[in-house]
Amino acid sequence: MPAIELTNPAALPADWRDILALTKPRVMSLVVFSGLCGLLVAPAMPPLVLGFTAILCIALGAGACGALNQWYEADIDAKMRRTAKRPLPAGRMDRQSALHFGVGLAFFSVLLMGLATNWLAAALLAVSILFYVLVYTVWLKPRTAQNIVIGGAAGAFPPLIGWVAATGHVSALPLLLFAIIFLWTPPHFWALSLFVRSDYAAAGIPMLPVVAGVPSTRRQIFLYSLPMAAAAIAPWILGLTGLVYGASAAVLSGVFLILAARVLVSRASEPAEMAAEKKLFAYSVFYLFALFAILVADRWLAA
Amino acid sequence: MKLEDEIVRRQRARARILALLLGGFVVLVFFITIAKTGMNR
Repeated sequence: MPAIELTNPAALPADWRDILALTKPRVMSLVVFSGLCGLLVAPAMPPLVLGFTAILCIALGAGACGALNQWYEADIDAKMRRTAKRPLPAGRMDRQSALHFGVGLAFFSVLLMGLATNWLAAALLAVSILFYVLVYTVWLKPRTAQNIVIGGAAGAFPPLIGWVAATGHVSALPLLLFAIIFLWTPPHFWALSLFVRSDYAAAGIPMLPVVAGVPSTRRQIFLYSLPMAAAAIAPWILGLTGLVYGASAAVLSGVFLILAARVLVSRASEPAEMAAEKKLFAYSVFYLFALFAILVADRWLAA
Repeated sequence: MKLEDEIVRRQRARARILALLLGGFVVLVFFITIAKTGMNR
């Protein structure tokens, strides 16, 4: 069968797989998981369909963020190996469709959240989307090496939104969950940026290793891991969770600190040699999944 | 494959998915209404 010859593939209606790829499904999975944990640890459990809708809205909101991020950064994505095959830089979709899809999905997710659960949860979802798109993607990411530090707040909203969707109010535990993800984000992304820094440099994004150098990034990863570990153990110290969570958080955070210390003392300069950095990045994903899963188990054991 | 065929194939695939999503949304709104009505009793 002869291939279609097109001078402008974006002139075709986008394939549904490319529309799905705009939502960054893999990133969405962690967002959905943390939002679900926020909902499950809440003291009041909403009817199943309302809980499902709350998580669906968090997922759609995250998808909207992904689409709007890819719309705004299409030129930057084209310069990085990791992102060059995305639908927009690869020319499989036109930018306007991505913009319409992202804005439509954002409005839909916020409206549905408000109608199905409560308007405080909807407002928090709206703030998280606006924060990610306007504060992180448009303002901070291309301008400062602190982009991840402040921008990390956007990714920290889901457990708070899940809790508020269930209860209608904010309290100490969901704020601590927010703090854990907020403080986890810099070491997680800086570990990644160490071994893909040439990509960021080529795209002109001022990630910490590009601006401040590799040794400084290693120090910052370790320094941010300390308050992150403290925040992870805080729910137990404050009596908001049981011993199962407290002991697990201490062990998981201890391993995180050991891996961060290995990154600190590592002298690897080439990405291929950066085993410690890759290990910390992989562990950081497992760490957050495990911490939140154990938190849910702990709360259910106590109930 | 002709260009027109590819356009029709993509439009059909998108229309099917959109129909499924809309159907799912109608069912979801139905159950949300039932749940909200039950909560307000």
